Amino acid sequence: MLDLGKYAGTVLSAYGAAIALLVVLVVVSLWQGAKMKRRLAEMEGRLAKGE
Amino acid sequence: MSIWEYANPKKFMQTSTMALPWVSGLAVVLLVAGLVWGFFFTPDDYKQGSTVKIIYLHVPAAMMAVSAWFMMLVGSLIWLIRRHHVSALAAKAAAPVGLTFTVIGLVTGAIWGQPMWGTWWAWDPRLTSFLILGLFYLGYIALWSAVEDADTAADLTSVLCIVGSVFAFLSRYAVLFWNQGLHQGASLSVDAEQHVSDVYAFPLWTCIAGFLVLFVTLVLLRTRTEIRSRRIRALLARDRAGA
Repeated sequence: MLDLGKYAGTVLSAYGAAIALLVVLVVVSLWQGAKMKRRLAEMEGRLAKGE
Repeated sequence: MSIWEYANPKKFMQTSTMALPWVSGLAVVLLVAGLVWGFFFTPDDYKQGSTVKIIYLHVPAAMMAVSAWFMMLVGSLIWLIRRHHVSALAAKAAAPVGLTFTVIGLVTGAIWGQPMWGTWWAWDPRLTSFLILGLFYLGYIALWSAVEDADTAADLTSVLCIVGSVFAFLSRYAVLFWNQGLHQGASLSVDAEQHVSDVYAFPLWTCIAGFLVLFVTLVLLRTRTEIRSRRIRALLARDRAGA
């Protein structure tokens, strides 16, 4: 097991915060992308049917 | 083939569809390799102990926070000069990514600074200009949301981006202008007599490459979202006009 010594809390909190922020950014970007793709497909489908 | 072909949204969507699986895969490989290498397989520093491992997040995030703003500046200038919508939308798409990198740079810097400097924060030239850059990111995102007409929003945010570039430049080079403050100079350099040891530099370069490719991935992904959003607005406007 890696020994981070007396700064274990400091290092782990920096990694935890940074990785959490990166994960939130990626997940939100993917979610917004999927939502917009679905909305556009629905709208184009509706317009193609002439609704 | 001209680079301006990619200003066509259709061409951009086609190319990014092909590129995204490759760049996203490369980003994951580089980030995992760099972070695992840096975290598990590098020694503690003789002065800073294990806190030196924070360098693998702090430096790439801070570098990309500044680089993202310069990418937005290029996109904004292309918009102002050539009126290509994709360039304005790419700048808009990059802003939340740049803001997140700025926050990571500030948070990891504060966590690192507390045991090394004895304080979470100091009104040091580099830290202060970096904080102001973060505020410019917030203002840029808010301005895009506040203006209803997309072209007007692109014009206004482009001007804001040009003004904010001063702080992006300062946050990168402040330590050279003002020889004071707590923050050290560049950790990586080609010509300096003293820089970080290779044992730290190689995983650090891997992490920097990982953050760069992650930025490209997210900007491609988010620009596609913005193009689709713009298409929805255009269809709605056409629908309303036809009704």
